[in-house]
Amino acid sequence: MLHTEIAIIGGGPAGMCAAIAAANQGARVTLFDRGKRLGGQLVKQTHRFFGSEKEYAGIRGIDIAKILYEEIEKNKLIDVKLDTTVLAIYSDGVISYEEGKSYKRMTSEKTIIAAGAAEKMLLFENNDLPGVYGAGAVQTLMNEHGIVPGNNVLMIGAGNIGLIVSYQLMQAGVKVAAIIDAAPKVGGYLVHASKVRRLGVPILTSHTIKTALGNETVEGAVICEVDDKFNPIPNTDQTIDVDIICLAVGLSPQGELLRQTGCEVKYVPSLGGFVPLRDENLQTTTNGVYVAGDSAEVEEASSAMVEGTIAGLSAAEALGYGTNIVAIKEGFKNDLDVLRSGAVGEKIKSGLKLLSC
Amino acid sequence: MFNKTGLASNDMVEALLPSKERREKGAYAIFECFQEIPCNPCSTVCKLKAVKDFENINNIPEINYDKCTGCAMCVSICPGLSCFVIDETYSDSEVMIKMPYEFLPLPEINSNVKALDREGKAIGEAKVLKVQDNKTLDHTNIVTISVPKEIFLDVRNIGLEEK
Repeated sequence: MLHTEIAIIGGGPAGMCAAIAAANQGARVTLFDRGKRLGGQLVKQTHRFFGSEKEYAGIRGIDIAKILYEEIEKNKLIDVKLDTTVLAIYSDGVISYEEGKSYKRMTSEKTIIAAGAAEKMLLFENNDLPGVYGAGAVQTLMNEHGIVPGNNVLMIGAGNIGLIVSYQLMQAGVKVAAIIDAAPKVGGYLVHASKVRRLGVPILTSHTIKTALGNETVEGAVICEVDDKFNPIPNTDQTIDVDIICLAVGLSPQGELLRQTGCEVKYVPSLGGFVPLRDENLQTTTNGVYVAGDSAEVEEASSAMVEGTIAGLSAAEALGYGTNIVAIKEGFKNDLDVLRSGAVGEKIKSGLKLLSC
Repeated sequence: MFNKTGLASNDMVEALLPSKERREKGAYAIFECFQEIPCNPCSTVCKLKAVKDFENINNIPEINYDKCTGCAMCVSICPGLSCFVIDETYSDSEVMIKMPYEFLPLPEINSNVKALDREGKAIGEAKVLKVQDNKTLDHTNIVTISVPKEIFLDVRNIGLEEK
């Protein structure tokens, strides 16, 4: 059976940074990703990132993916397995995966799970009509393949993803009829909200979708106002003509592989759902299994990159690599604290308090 | 209201403006950045150190108007597209505004375009004075327009005729 020192599952911002950090300390790394190229969600992010210079602030996500990829490519200690889906992690630590069309197995000394998150679905009548998209799918179509999904969009969700994808749709020449959100406030950064408002896109808070209209495909939607308990308010129905309904209603951490390792998880709504307990090195309750990025808690790519770096350094350190890793790690832990120190980070920090082990 | 609508009120915008004396001296930047988020490129990009150092990356940026020259370096680097440059001394009846612009086609120099407010509504006409789209700007191009003095606090976008 094949063997690696550190197996990293997921080649998005967290996994890429974990691989770079561990290999820079001298550890041999295998980086798995089911996609045909590395980068995860970064390859669809055409907007400039927030954060500080250390997290590539002011640079577009697509360009950050390139920077990280170039670093990985020149590091001989990192073996990248693309088009490879990790299928299972067994109790004896064997990782099974499908590489291209062949089934293979590998063991590792340490494993970092950076599998990201999955989009949440929303219940409403006719939500299976063609034309109802997840925001990630819209981004993949537009920003990776250059295909516009339709002509006129109703965006459900005024979090950062809903706001950013609305802006990107407008850039692609697609009309956004409205952005609606059941919450009474805009959930995303207000600068993003102001950006789409300037383009003439209304944001309707305290609104939800009741029905998608249409026979073969989406031809419209019925929306209505909700009260502060999210109950629809009678006689507030409104029909909007759209051919696309785009859902940006949150993400759930991908926890399947984590659970297979037997680690303890907890349901923390503010972090996106079931998430693993972890120590300050991001090691879960399963010895040698680490977590980073959206699999650990749904947050920004900037913190996913820092978490990946901390997990990579910790795994390398546990294998006896590197000198002075403690001090280096302290620097990154401090960066993470700083990113989370504002009002927006409060939600994450209070959730994380429930997970220390 | 702002966190419900994403629209800054007149009071919020007026509170950002420098002193009357400074406004009469020429171009200055304003940051329509009202929420604490972890972000600081406006401060690190400013070669004149006109954006006060952040104690915490979540701080709301503060401009030292004695140092700001309205050079517009911040306009294209701001990930929130919240930085604008205003020159109230442009002419007796018009104010010059530099704004980030990430759409194609770019407006033509010397053309007249719609002056749009924070809700994207047309509130007058703007003249395109300059379009910067060099490599350093990395696709966040800078469009310079002039608008009637009465509406300069509201104009934050332009609308091109659809072809």
